[in-house]
Amino acid sequence: MKNTLLQRLALVAGTLLIGGSAFAQVKIAYIDPLSGPFANVGEAGLKGFKEAADILVNQKGGIMGQKLEFVGFDNKGSPQESQIQLKAAIDQGFRFITQGNGSGAAHSLIDAVNKWNARNPDKTVLFFNYAAVDPTLTNEQCSFWHFRFDANTEMKMEAITNFMEKDKKIKKVFIIGQDYAHGHQVAKYTKEMLAKKRPDVKIVGEDLHPIGRVKDFAPYIAKIKASGADTVMTGNWGNDLSLLVKAAKDAGLKARFFTYYAGGLGTPQAMGASGEDKVLQLTEWHSNVPTKSTEKFEADFNKKYPGIYFYYMRVNTMTEMVAKAMNTAKSTDPKAVALALEDMRFPAENGEVWMRKSDHQLMQPLFISVFSKKDGKAVKHDSEGTGFGWKTLASVSQRDSQMPTSCIMERP
Amino acid sequence: MNSHVPQAVFRRGRLLLWGACLALAVALPLVFKSGFMLSLLCQIGIMVVFALSYNMLLGQTGLLSFGHAVYFGMGAFISMHTLNMIGKDGGPLVVALLPLVGGLAGLLAGVVLGWVTTKKAGTTFAMISLGIGELVAACALMFPGLFGGEGGVSGNRVVGKGSLLGFTWGPQVEMYGLIVAWAFVATVAMFALTQTPLGRMANAVRDNPERAEFVGYDTQRVRYLMLILSGLFAGVAGGLTALNYEIVTAETLNAHTSGVVLLMTFVGGIGFFYGPIIGAILVTVMQIVIGGMTQAWLLYFGLFFLFMVLMAPGGIASVIAMQRNLWQAGLFRRMVPHYLAVALPILVLLAGLVGLIEMTYALLAGEGVGAGDTATKVMGMQLQLSSMEPWAIALATTAVGVALTRWIGGRTSAAWNETLATLHGDRT
Amino acid sequence: MEFVVISLLNGITYGLLLFMLSSGLTLIFSMMGILNFAHASFYMLGAYFAYQISAWLGFWPGLLVAPLLVGAVGAVVERYGLRRAHRFGHVAELLFTFGLAFLVEEVVHLVWGTSSVDYKIPAELDGTLFTLFSTDFPIYKGFMMLISVGMLVALYALLTRTRIGLIIQAALTKPDMVEALGHNVPRIFMLVFGGGTALAGLAGVIGGNAFITEPGMAAAVGSIVFVVVVVGGLGSLGGAFVASLLIGCIQTFSIGLTISVTDVFALIGVTLPAGSQVARLTITQLAPVLPYMLMVAILIFRPRGLMGARES
Repeated sequence: MKNTLLQRLALVAGTLLIGGSAFAQVKIAYIDPLSGPFANVGEAGLKGFKEAADILVNQKGGIMGQKLEFVGFDNKGSPQESQIQLKAAIDQGFRFITQGNGSGAAHSLIDAVNKWNARNPDKTVLFFNYAAVDPTLTNEQCSFWHFRFDANTEMKMEAITNFMEKDKKIKKVFIIGQDYAHGHQVAKYTKEMLAKKRPDVKIVGEDLHPIGRVKDFAPYIAKIKASGADTVMTGNWGNDLSLLVKAAKDAGLKARFFTYYAGGLGTPQAMGASGEDKVLQLTEWHSNVPTKSTEKFEADFNKKYPGIYFYYMRVNTMTEMVAKAMNTAKSTDPKAVALALEDMRFPAENGEVWMRKSDHQLMQPLFISVFSKKDGKAVKHDSEGTGFGWKTLASVSQRDSQMPTSCIMERP
Repeated sequence: MNSHVPQAVFRRGRLLLWGACLALAVALPLVFKSGFMLSLLCQIGIMVVFALSYNMLLGQTGLLSFGHAVYFGMGAFISMHTLNMIGKDGGPLVVALLPLVGGLAGLLAGVVLGWVTTKKAGTTFAMISLGIGELVAACALMFPGLFGGEGGVSGNRVVGKGSLLGFTWGPQVEMYGLIVAWAFVATVAMFALTQTPLGRMANAVRDNPERAEFVGYDTQRVRYLMLILSGLFAGVAGGLTALNYEIVTAETLNAHTSGVVLLMTFVGGIGFFYGPIIGAILVTVMQIVIGGMTQAWLLYFGLFFLFMVLMAPGGIASVIAMQRNLWQAGLFRRMVPHYLAVALPILVLLAGLVGLIEMTYALLAGEGVGAGDTATKVMGMQLQLSSMEPWAIALATTAVGVALTRWIGGRTSAAWNETLATLHGDRT
Repeated sequence: MEFVVISLLNGITYGLLLFMLSSGLTLIFSMMGILNFAHASFYMLGAYFAYQISAWLGFWPGLLVAPLLVGAVGAVVERYGLRRAHRFGHVAELLFTFGLAFLVEEVVHLVWGTSSVDYKIPAELDGTLFTLFSTDFPIYKGFMMLISVGMLVALYALLTRTRIGLIIQAALTKPDMVEALGHNVPRIFMLVFGGGTALAGLAGVIGGNAFITEPGMAAAVGSIVFVVVVVGGLGSLGGAFVASLLIGCIQTFSIGLTISVTDVFALIGVTLPAGSQVARLTITQLAPVLPYMLMVAILIFRPRGLMGARES
């Protein structure tokens, strides 16, 4: 009896010791929606980060021998709740956070992190943004404590309009978008940049619709058709994009769609055949970009998480860069990590990337691709089991999408 | 029973209760020091004011609104714009008074929108509030100038150099103090309102509009006035939320926020003044704490809500009031053993159910599919979900819980009915 | 000309789908006085059931079985939930359906995941029915129209030509009298609720693949069906029909109009300050919120709706 008690005590002590070493982890709080209408997007991101931390960092020696771990905090997509979750993460000792879904939540978090760091200089927090693309985040609102690993709307539009500049088939462009900041910005940059690069191209129409409220896009398609547009530029994402493309196919609209977010998170599945040869996207990566090891990573990921498809290349890049910065700085202090990240050049799977010091915006290669039938050659892999995949039309090196910044950064 | 108790004692008891609540609110941050708890308490304070303002419509006037967030949101946006406008010229005193600006904005919104919505009561009011709520929410994204688009409008609550009695409102704990102060004032004011002729008239309009009209009250005007005042307090809550988070986004005035305040108020109990306070505390804690613990929180929340609607439609406050009646009649002691007896099987049932739900979530929406014999972490335990064992245990626990609850619960409800009969004087 | 005809077609198709959704709601609403907030959830269930059945057996069995399943779920909900909530009054009933909508969405998340599912239009209905001017009109849209018109006719025949229909109609207006005549009114209520939700389920079966089957689809149509019912008038199927078509056409045509709010105000002689945020808006931008404006206007000026018999 006594023996077993002693054994048990030893066991408990042992667990505590192991627990103690597990405590010495580098933890990053993932603050994104994990329940509610945007849960699918948030979940895909979290699983991506966990997988990336495991495969790309922890199995390769970790961070100075410690493990990197991502822990989910559900902000339910709300800017206010993001701040509460930020506090919860800080309480639990997190010094690094990452977020991506929604520029509203990103603004809220940057604001909160700036204020927290100013008021608590001994417990600073660093914010890695992997998907919120509002250009102001690295311009007027830029912060030393914020790094963005996704190309912003302006850079993406620069890449797209550079592509349009060379494609002389484009004569008439119709802009359609969701009626909020992102849609407004896409419309604004399209007009500005096309006016400079292709003054001969006519903008034949511009429509904004409330986000997530349109069920039947047929009337919009009728309008696009009536305008005679050969190209549609849209910043739509999610169902607003899938429904738009489906309606276009139903009505037999021949125009091509330039999109930001057609590549993943359920959109390819929802578009299906209706997107064939009609939908173009600009991304930092897609399944048919040749890489060293992402092909295997993707296959393993898709097998491990049925129903979720690997989408976020930049999640891998970010995880590796953050790990590298910590290893170079030999520190997990947010300020030291931030300084090590600045100006970092890194050979990512999609090509060389560079974290610009002046505004903390990552410069990375971008690819313009079109949704095409899987043929085993240019389209080796299909997307989300649809039988259609992305075929690269043009690749843009990180130098060619750089845009000047108006950031005046306050450095600590 | 209480009719012979002098009015003054009642008043003194009430004052004591108010004082105790205030003291508790002030003392809480001394016990819960972490930043997270403080944020949670701040959010609760704001929601208490918001839910109470909502109950001025639903509980007191009988108006079911699906668009109350409009007043909350308007208060928040106007407060934030005011904060940014005064900027450096302001000081901590001005900041402390900002919720009043929010209140005025809510009041103004009430004056404008209420004129349209309160013409009719009942279903018509419910639908028109839904329509206006949708309209305003849609407009919020169309007018980025006023509502700041997706990023919302942000500001800094620390303005000027000086301090007000040593407060700059920068640290969260000072903000908490400000919220408590405002919440207390607003709660007292809203309670006082229930005692005024207007408050009484609102009850009459709720219970029997024809008769109220017949004795000479303009029911439409009563509804209009109540909506305006409710807008005022919702606006105060909005102003507080603007100061607390230092950012206001379009989400504050959308249907989701309106839905949450409705749920809170109803769960707490619309028939009692303090019902919404309980509801606000409970629902906020559920959202944030349980939401942080389990992925399945929405499911729990939905089940809990349906349970409340079907089993205790008067809300938690009605359950408490019932116990209080028993206590005052000296019958509470009779029920205690029954409560204790039924608690155990209910706990067993809950344990089984939670186990099933958590395992289902872990299996279907969890950490991905490992190899056949990998253990999955569920509620801190390593379980092999591919084997029958954990499922059988959870299922058996649930079944035992159901059987026991039915058995003991049957006796409890028999005892309950008997006690009730005694209370109502049918038996002694 | 092309634009007008195409828009009219689009408007009617969309309107008919709205009618399928709102007819069940109207029946339930007028008969039981319940604003069924979970109505769109039954629409979603219809789509998911049909997806699941079509994955196993094909589209056609799904078209038949899925609405029946949804109706059965609806009947169970009425029998064991709503009937109990009914005792506590209309607010409790309404909140019950409110909570139910929450729960259904979460269960769908759990069972079918948080993303969209691949519920496809069957191959035999995929393609172009006819080409008008230069715009294609897909077969599936024609099929949707056929189903909704068929449903309208069947519903009309059921309500006016059969005994049960007559009893339902009687129970609509005078439930006490019907009960006194010896009919089991609670069972009629259960039938109506089950039938109403089955109609929503049918709308889900044919709407789910025309649009997208995903967990947010209930929330997306949830409030618009209320608009239809209120605009049409409570208790009036005919009103719901007219309102559905009206709203369908208003939405399609307003998208087509390229005039701005400034132009509209200019028509009534008011000049808006140029450059203000309101002046910038176009009618197209406002199109999806026009139904709500219409609803608010109707409620102000004619609270009983277009063809309603009573107010609330």
